[in-house]
Order: sequence, then structure tokens, then C-alpha cells
Amino acid sequence: MIGGLFIYNHKGEVLISRVYRDDIGRNAVDAFRVNVIHARQQVRSPVTNIARTSFFHVKRSNIWLAAVTKQNVNAAMVFEFLYKMCDVMAAYFGKVSEENIKNNFVLIYELLDEILDFGYPQNSETGALKTFITQQGIKGQTKEEQSQITSQVTGQIGWRREGIKYRRNELFLDVLESVNLLMSPQGQVLSAHVSGRVVMKSYLSGMPECKFGMNDKIVIDKAGKGGVTDEVGKSDLGGGGSTSGKQSIAIDDCTFNQCVRLSKFDSERSISFIPPDGEYELMRYRTTKDIILPFRVIPLVREVGRTKLEVKVVIKSNFKPSLLAQKIEVRIPTPLNTSGVQVICMKGKAKYKASENAIVWKIKRMAGMKESQISAEIELLPTNDKKKWARPPISMNFEVPFAPSGLKVRYLKVFESKLNYSDHDVVKWVRYIGRSGIYETRC
Amino acid sequence: MEWANQLCENRQFGSKMTDSKYFTTTKKGEIFELKAELNSDKKEKKKEAVKKVIASMTVGKDVSALFPDVVNCMQTDNLELKKLVYLYLMNYAKSQPDMAIMAVNTFVKDCEDANPLIRALAVRTMGCIRVDKITEYLCEPLRKCLKDEDPYVRKTAAVCVAKLHDINAQLVEDQGFLDTLKDLISDSNPMVVANAVAALSEIAESHPNSNLLDLNPQSINKLLTALNECTEWGQIFILDCLANYTPRDDRESQSICERVTPRLSHANSAVVLSAVKVLMKFMEMLPKDLDYYSTLLKKLAPPLVTLLSAEPELQYVALRNINLIVQKRPEILKHEMKVFFVKYNDPIYVKLEKLDIMIRLASQANIAQVLAELKEYATEVDVDFVRKAVRAIGRCAIKVEQSAERCVSTLLDLIQTKVNYVVQEAIVVIKDIFRKYPNKYESVIATLCENLDSLDEPEARAAMIWIVGEYAERIDNADELLESFLEGFHDESTQVQLQLLTAIVKLFLKKPTETQELVQQVLSLATQDSDNPDLRDRGYIYWRLLSTDPVAAKEVVLAEKPLISEETDLIEPTLLEELICHIGTLASVYHKPPSAFVEGSRGVMHKRLPARTGSGESTESPDVGTAAGGSAPEAAPSIIPSQGDLLGDLLNLDMAPPTTSGPPPPTTGMQMGGMDLLGGGLDSLLGGDIGGSPAMGAGFGAAPAVMPASLNAPVGGGLGDLFDLGGVGMPMGAYIPPKIVWLPAMKAKGLEISGTFARRAGVIQMELILTNKAMSVMTDFAIQFNRNSFGLAPAGPLQVLTPLGPNQTIEVSLPLSTVGPVMKMDPLNNLQVAVKNNIDVFYFSCQYPISMLFVEDGKMERQVFLATWKDIPNDNESQFQIKDCHLNSDAASSKLQGSNIFTIAKRTVEGQDMLYMSIKLSNGIWVLAELRVQAGNPNYTISLKCRAPEVSQCVFQCYEAVLKN
Repeated sequence: MIGGLFIYNHKGEVLISRVYRDDIGRNAVDAFRVNVIHARQQVRSPVTNIARTSFFHVKRSNIWLAAVTKQNVNAAMVFEFLYKMCDVMAAYFGKVSEENIKNNFVLIYELLDEILDFGYPQNSETGALKTFITQQGIKGQTKEEQSQITSQVTGQIGWRREGIKYRRNELFLDVLESVNLLMSPQGQVLSAHVSGRVVMKSYLSGMPECKFGMNDKIVIDKAGKGGVTDEVGKSDLGGGGSTSGKQSIAIDDCTFNQCVRLSKFDSERSISFIPPDGEYELMRYRTTKDIILPFRVIPLVREVGRTKLEVKVVIKSNFKPSLLAQKIEVRIPTPLNTSGVQVICMKGKAKYKASENAIVWKIKRMAGMKESQISAEIELLPTNDKKKWARPPISMNFEVPFAPSGLKVRYLKVFESKLNYSDHDVVKWVRYIGRSGIYETRC
Repeated sequence: MEWANQLCENRQFGSKMTDSKYFTTTKKGEIFELKAELNSDKKEKKKEAVKKVIASMTVGKDVSALFPDVVNCMQTDNLELKKLVYLYLMNYAKSQPDMAIMAVNTFVKDCEDANPLIRALAVRTMGCIRVDKITEYLCEPLRKCLKDEDPYVRKTAAVCVAKLHDINAQLVEDQGFLDTLKDLISDSNPMVVANAVAALSEIAESHPNSNLLDLNPQSINKLLTALNECTEWGQIFILDCLANYTPRDDRESQSICERVTPRLSHANSAVVLSAVKVLMKFMEMLPKDLDYYSTLLKKLAPPLVTLLSAEPELQYVALRNINLIVQKRPEILKHEMKVFFVKYNDPIYVKLEKLDIMIRLASQANIAQVLAELKEYATEVDVDFVRKAVRAIGRCAIKVEQSAERCVSTLLDLIQTKVNYVVQEAIVVIKDIFRKYPNKYESVIATLCENLDSLDEPEARAAMIWIVGEYAERIDNADELLESFLEGFHDESTQVQLQLLTAIVKLFLKKPTETQELVQQVLSLATQDSDNPDLRDRGYIYWRLLSTDPVAAKEVVLAEKPLISEETDLIEPTLLEELICHIGTLASVYHKPPSAFVEGSRGVMHKRLPARTGSGESTESPDVGTAAGGSAPEAAPSIIPSQGDLLGDLLNLDMAPPTTSGPPPPTTGMQMGGMDLLGGGLDSLLGGDIGGSPAMGAGFGAAPAVMPASLNAPVGGGLGDLFDLGGVGMPMGAYIPPKIVWLPAMKAKGLEISGTFARRAGVIQMELILTNKAMSVMTDFAIQFNRNSFGLAPAGPLQVLTPLGPNQTIEVSLPLSTVGPVMKMDPLNNLQVAVKNNIDVFYFSCQYPISMLFVEDGKMERQVFLATWKDIPNDNESQFQIKDCHLNSDAASSKLQGSNIFTIAKRTVEGQDMLYMSIKLSNGIWVLAELRVQAGNPNYTISLKCRAPEVSQCVFQCYEAVLKN
């Protein structure tokens, strides 16, 4: 198991050092600093073995978190734990920065004592932790309160406490997708996938039992065969999107928050859960079939002699004309030996940024089924460098108000048997946002 | 230290204190000041002082001098302060054991506190204090806490047992904590179950043979129930524990798989990977024709792909594991090539791993896409990545024959870029392509030669030299090219020197007239001016070959090379199986068994995939994990006999990728003209050298001994030596031949096995000497044979009753029967053996003398002999020469009789004795022989007739062995 956990600043100074196992000594702290933080070469692996001691590290801005062990630990678990540790810290004091860590070091030690015992990760749900790690002491807790805390920390529903009350029961669902594309210069899709998340903000009283439904092909097909269509009719939450024709989508794979009953999903493919209070991520999913690619980039790069490049890039929007894409940005890489750039674009603003070796073209808004183009002349300094310019791909950023995967929320039902509110009393909101992930076209 | 001060200022004293006050205090003063504050009456001040102490401790400053003062702050109802004091205690108690005892009372009191959080805190902290006196006091509170009414206390106490075990294992056993811990597996609270499982698993690791976890269908059922309810971390503990269980049959295996598969949808990647581990392992037991088996295979792909959208560090862990899974079960991800395409912004470690998997998944179906990608990567900036991409193109050419042409042209395009490291890498892989497809792409040699000057890496230089030597006859200026390398011979790396030596010898054999001077030059450079034994030895061997028998030299040096295999860098199957059992862990990231990087007793235990047991066992399942018993699988790696090594060496395969072993067929083509080729040049050179080089006698160890031998030995004798090495261990009939090392300690984690075969009173015996050259005790020995030509099998278990301590040796004799399963081996008398002990299973192969199988009732009736001799067609007769045998015919006859080779009749014709003999093998095959012995001639002629002529060679070897001893 994890033998110790260290946090360093960018200089390699130790901010937090907690040792859990006897086989990890103080010298491990220095070994990591010397061999990884101060290493001359770029980091070649997130796992480093120094003198039979293994170091796992992740970096958050300029903070290094390192877990140390001498055993054959579950490596995936260690990384998941380090990420979780960052989440917990962020939930307590905001950004994980040197300043914040120094200001909260006592709290961090207290957290580390609680969420790692002898190197074994324990309950690390912030919802539960915040009930008893408060930096306020535990004076004034009644016996009932205490046992409520302990049963929540260890219990089956560790993520939600009892007795939550809201005057107005309300929930917000955000379907956030990032669409990834790699396209060849000839316009052939080399790879494309959508990775999506369903984020839920719930303000519900009591211990509500929820059921979530979407246009998952498997469920719809099953329902179609069985003749059960009542649920489909109730798709009061649907909306947005540009895929009126498409009924259902094929989901390659999905993962769920720990509140979702996985065995039930496996057997019936229904998504049922008792949600944590406040904001959390309900599920993640991935699709690769029938993705709506909101933009198409058509590049044309011509080398005119050894000292000049001509670049022409056309972008086409490919969605309903009534919808508007926002925050569009096209990044056209330029060679390192660029001396000057002249740009002409019809829409938006384009600038050559020497420090980033790229022409950045920004368009605030663009409706569907439109096209726009930019042309640029790039002057190059003559070099005797034999190495050819690697021609990095043209990348794009944007935001569209629909889900490129075609996913639609069909329903989210809330049942709370003990309190007297029903599904109809809950105010529900759904929003779809599609963003660019890595959206690249080779040129 | 600055920030520690700053820290406290930020929190509390920002306005009250000034920076300068801290910076001017000396260390001593600082401690003194802290001491005063710790003893202050004001609670707030106390707390701030403790915080300062902890801050100092964090940056590595020694504040142990404050021990009593800090411990004094322990008794407080302020939980925050208490936790800080505890933190301090955990750090310094070991260095101040006597003072630490002061804390015991508070701990014991806290363990009785009404607040469960405080009870748990006390027991948690106590377990972290590694001081014997405290440990003693821990037992009673711990016992209570393990049965506490509050689950939070119980789950903390469960982990505490593991802590205590780490400090004092005996104490834990004596106090019966292990049983209490086992009971907690049935606890009603899922987190208590999970922690108990984690603690038990860890304790069990240091007792490899104990049945601590005692997994049975009932306890497994409990674990599976808890799995649905506990935290994500608990799920990982339980899944990792489940993976150690071996289901009793395929039904149980399937039912566990069914209950584990939902975990594949968990958001936590570690839960997913641990579930994959359980499934990969238990799947081994499912019959392949089961519907569920293919369903399961299909279910595994999507979660593995999803892991690639996690954070980069986890992607790395996932990719290292996928690399293993793809090797074990390529079918799972064969359609998912695209997800492994490299993204421009991937960290370099993710890029390199993806590339590895792309090569593994490359097939005829997707090769076009893969090649297009690889070509793209070869223009990136990271040198390592570009190199790997270029190498990958070469691998594709070797793996998918249809793509070879395209790959070669891609590589040529890349060479045209003139980017130095791209060119070098391309040349290295083109060499392999030449090996795989001889006489197909040699047209590109001209292009390669243009880049000769830019090569500065040994591997590339060696590859280029190999190409020049191999195709010397097609390169007009091959001699000039090689000569140019020769100038800086001593500055080259060994790899290049060896290659250059071989290449020039090849050139000489192909174009003898023009290159004599060159070959003399290189031979003298290699043998006289080098300190490298490999180089010297190879130099001498070539020299001797060239001077004694150029025809043989040609056969050896220009022999056809064994094919190179399609897959490279494959993990050895037993290791792969072990690593599959470690999916998700560090071992799977390093691709090394835990014993390679974990100290002490942990991890020594080797994990194995279970064997398939199901009733519906399908016949076509070559990749079934062979059972823990270790019946040597056909694919098992056998240690290549020394003869293979030597041949490989002579063929200069030292830089080739893994080859399919086996001696190459000698070239039958052109024969050389004989000695005259050499002219007088070499001979005179040889003679001159021996006389004229003082360095020879002075500096070289074995060298002088070798040289005269080569000069004096009769023609062919030297060659005989070279080629007969494989037969050195061939034992002789009734004699107990000398034991030879079959399994060197290096290859068997310290176990050395040497041995021989004997036939005593009609019983075949394998006589073994086991030597433990490792540091730890070896026990649980067992032996098994692979199927072999004569059905040899152990007639009983391997009788090693006492454990074998370090540096101990034991002699064992194992009776063999001939009723085991039969499979024809090559060579016929080859035997593949698996030996198991508590450490691992080891495989080796050895050759037994066929005389062992000669049975006692092998004397044939004369008439029968005559009839049989006539009956066997003449095609089945083979003739051999036995040289240098100085026995007369009677002595020979009696000597042979000892080995159950019976003389039936003797005839003398013109001073030549003709002996007629018969042999019967254990499987009933008769071999008839005619041995001709001429008085005064040490060379015998023997004719063998047998219905199964393939045994003749072996029988002849026995004759030779018996007669010469």
C-alpha cells in the first residue's frame, strides 16, 4: 500500500510530508526531488523507480503530489487516490496552489490522517468528510449526531446525509460533451469520438430515489420490442439538438458515479440512484457512431520556395441554421522560423502570435450551415536546419448548444416515499453543451 | 523553514509579529521559544506553537527536543490540537521510546471515549507508534475496538491489526487477532468488510503458505455482496482479493464473473482494472465454446477503451496493462486500433505506449491505416518517439507480408529526409527486413550506402556493415566500404567490431582474390590488438576455419540464417501469465514480477492463472494456461542448448531480433575449390603470428592454448570439436556418464540442476543433483515431463523430502517409466522437463542416450535375425564411421553387451571382423547392426537397419559413446 505521501512546490521544497509505512524514510523525500523534480530531462513516466522505491506523481499547476511505496501496490488505485486528494483539497480551500497548501497545512494533515489509513484509502467523499473534518473541533455534537456521522462515513450511502430539507425541490441536468476529431488533410475522418458527462445539481429533500433515462439504443430497442412506449411519450425533458430524425444513439461505454446501482444497470440497463446533495457527475459516456461533427476544416498549405508559405483555411459549420456556435477559435501552426505573417479573413479576427508559433483566428458566433475562410502568407527566414517542419495539425475550439453525440435526456424521475412531494413537484432543467475536445485536422 | 514561519504568520500572527523576529532568532533560540509557548497557559498560544512544530517537522527540521513539551499538550478536549500532537508522536516516538510511554495513558483513556471518532483516532494513532511498550498496551484496547458497536471504530481497528502485524507478527497471532479479523469479513457494515479484507490480504502476503484468507464459496459470496455496497476503494480491496481465489469449476467461475462484470461501468479506473483482472483470470476456466465466454470477451473491450479517456497518468497505467492483455488475448481489442492513434498533445509516455500497442494490433486488415499514422509520427519532434515510429514501420513489414513493399518505400522516403536519427533507425530495421525477405528488396542497398557517413550510432553502423557483408557480391565497392570502417577499428563499440570481423570474412569468402589483405588485417586486429574475449575468440575461430577447411568455413559463415520471428518483444509466457494475475498493480506497469522490485518476503509468491477444468473442454485450445502443476507446455521456453548458442554466435546473430532457434541447414550450393584458395598467405601469416607476437603469450589467457591445438589437430578434428559440443553430455551405455548442468542457476532463480540418465537393473533412472544457489529455502519440488518420443515419464514423485537450504545440494534419483504420452521430438531423444518449487516453475530440455531404452531381452534368434535383415528394405540401412577406436572386436562386443547391445554372430573375412548385433528398444522397435572391425585400423564401419530409420542416428551415437569409454 501507499507508504508515504509528499507535496512539493515547483522548486522541490516539501510542503506536506506524511509517512504511513516504516519502510519509507526521509531520504525518499529527497530522492524524488533530485531524480524527478530536478531532473534535467522531461518527465518520461508518471511512475519512477528509484532504489527499489516506487514514486507515483501527478502535477497540479506547479504543485507536485507524490505517493511513495516499496510494495507491489495497485497502481491505478494510487493515481485515482491522488486525483481524489486534489479534488478533496479543492473542495475545502479552492485551487491547489502553494499559497493555499501552506495556509491549510494543518487541515491537509487532518485529511490525510482520515482518508489514508496505513496507506489504505478510506472514504474520501467530500460530502461525508465535511460533516466531521471542519477545523472547528467536535464540541457540541450529540451522541445521535456522532453516530450519524460514523454511519454515513462507513455506510452504504456514504455520499448523502439524512435530513436534508429544501423549500423548493429543484434539479439541473447538464449534458456536457466534448467532441474529438482527427481528420486527414483530404477530409477523411481518422478517428472521432464524443466523450460526454451528465452533471447533476440536485437540491432535493430527504433521501430521494431517482431514475434517469436517455435515448440509449439498447433501451429503446428493448422497449420497442416489448411494446412499452409510455416512457418514451413522456420525454418532457428532451429538446435542443439538431438531430430531430435520430431516435436513439449507440453508447459504446459508460461509467457511473458510485451512487448508481451498477448491478441494476448491468441487468436491466436502468440507471437508478440516490443522488449526492449539490453538484456531482452522474455519468460519463463515450460514443463513436453517427457523431455530428459541428465543423469541418479544409486546409490548404502551399510552400512557395524556401522562404514562403501560403495557407488557406476554410471552415464550414454543419448543424441547423437556427443554432449558433460560440467561442470559435482556429489555431493554425506556423513554422519556428516564421519572420512575418499577413492575414486576411472575412469574419472574426485573426492574429499571428509569435510566442505560440500560430495564427489564432477567433470568431464570436457562427450560425449553422455557413462557411468562412482565412488566407495567410507566411514569410520564413532561411535556415540551414535539415529537419523538416513537423506541420502540427490545425486545431479548433468551439461551443455549440446541442449534444454532438445525439444524446437526449428522456426523463429523470424522483421518488421520495417518506416526504410528501412527488415527481411533478420537482422543478427540472436540462441543458446541452457540446464543446471541442481535441479537434484537429492535419495539414 | 522560512515557509513554516510564514505559514503561522499567515494564519495567526500576521499583524502581531514581524518577519525579522523569526529570521534573527538562532536555531537554539527558536526551540527555546517554542518550548516556552508550548508550556503557555493560553490554549490558543499552545495550539499555534504545536502548529509551528509540525511545520518545522514537515520541512525536515529536527524538533525531537520538544518531545515532552508536545506530549504534555496531548490531554486536551480540542480535537484539532490532539490530532497535531498525535502527528508529532507518530514521527518522533521511535526516537524517544522512553518518553513515548508518557502518552500511553491518554491513548488508553481515549480508546474508551464516548465519541466514536475519538476512540477510532486513538486506536489508529497507537497502531502507528512503533514502540514495543506502547504496542503491549495496544492489545486490550484493540480487542475492544474490534468488537466496538460503532462501524467506524471497527473499520479502523481492522486496519490496526495489519499495523500491529507489521510491528510484531507473533504478538498478533498469540493474541488471536487474526481470528477476530476473519470474523469481520462477515460484518454487517461493508466498509468494515473491505478493510478487514485489505488487512488480511496484506498479512497473508507475508505468510505465503498459510490459509489465512481461507477463501471458499461462502466467504466469496459474502465478499461479492459487500462489493455492491462499499466505497470505491473497498471495491478495489475486495476485487484484488477475489483475484487470488481459484474457483472450483467453470460454473462457479462463471457465476463470479457475472457478479463482477457490473464493476466495469464504475467511474473509478482502478475498480475497472481490478475487475478486468478478476475476469481475465477466471475466464481461463471457462470453456471456449460457451456462449458466455464470447459475451464476456465482448464486454471487456469498451471499458478498456474508456480508460484511455482518463487522466494521462491513468492512461499510462491502462496502456501498460492493455499491452499485457493484447498479448494474452489479442481478440479482445483487435477491432479497436483507432483508439490507440497518438494525439498530438499526449504526454510522451502515453505516446510511446500507444505505439507499442499499435504494432501489436497491426494486421492485414488495418495495416494501411497504421502505416499512414506511423509515417505521420515519424515527422514529429520527440526523438525517442520518432525512432520508435520508424522501428514500428519495420515491424509492420515483418509482421504483415503484404505491406512489406509499402513499408520499405516509406522507409526510403524517410531516409531521404536525411534526418540523422531517422536514417539510422531506418537502416537498423531494413536489416531485419532483409533477413525476413531475402533477395527481395536488395535494390535499395545503393540508397543505404549513400548514407554511410552519417551513421554514428553503433547499432546503425553494425546494421549497415552486416548489410554490406551479407550482400558483398552485389556491392561493387564492398571492400572499400568495409575498409573505411576498419580505420578506426579500436574506437568502435564491440557490436560494430564483431560485425565488421564477420562481414570482412564473408566478403573474403565471396571475393577471395581481392580481399586477402583486408581479411588478414581484420583478423590480426581482432586477435592481437583487442582485449575483448568475444572478439578474440571469434577471430580465432574464423582464422582456424579459414586455415583448416575453407569449405567448412563457407558452410558456417555463409550458412542460411534462421527466419526471424514476426512478433518481437513478446513477454515470455510464464511471466505473462503471472503479470495477468497482477493487472492494475505496479508489476503490470513495470512488466516485471513483484519479486524483481519488492524487498523481503512479500511478493515472492508467484501467481498463476487457473487451469481450465470445465466439462465442456474444447479440444482446440492451445493457449490454455497450463496448470499450476506445470506440465511443460509445448510453447514453454526451453533453455537453448549450448550448441545453439555457439552456432548462433558463429552466424553472428548477436544483434538479430529473437529467432526461431535450431541449427540452420547447411548450404548445399557451390563447393569451394579447397585449400588452394587460401594460397600460402594465411598459413604463413598464422605461423608468423604465433612466433612473432609476444603479446600472445604474455597477455592472453586461453588464447595460446587454442592456437597450437588448431594447428596440430588433424583436418576436421577442430571442426568436430566445434560441432560436437551438443554431444558432449551424451552418456555412455552401462557407464554412468558424467553429469552435466541442465538448468543453470542463473535461469532458474538460483536453482541449479545437473544430471544424467542411467539404466540400472532394467530400470531407467534420471539422476539429478539439485543445488540451491539462492538466498532462500526451496521446498515443494515436483517434476513433470513433456510428451516425448518414447513416452518417458516419472514413475513416482520427485523425492525431495527435506527443504533445500541455501548452498545445499541434494542428489535424487527418479525412476522413469516408458508408458507416458508419446510425441515425436526433434532431436528424437530430446526431453523437455518442468521442475517446480515454491518459487516458480522452470523449464529445460535435455537429451537422453537412447541406450537407456535398450531392453535386456534384446537378443534375437539367428534365423530371425537373418530373415529380418533381408526383410528390411535397403533404403532403411544407414552407414556410419566410428573413428579412433582402438578396441579389438571381442572387447567391443563385451563392452556393448553391457549396454544391452547383443552380438549374435561373428564372421571374419580377409582380416576383417564382422559382428552382427541386435537391439530392442523399450517400445518394441528392433535395430539390427553390422559392425566391421579391421585389425590395425582404428576406424570402424557400422551399418544399421531398422524399420524406423530415424532412430539410427541416435543408436549410432550410442555406439560411439559406449565404445569410446
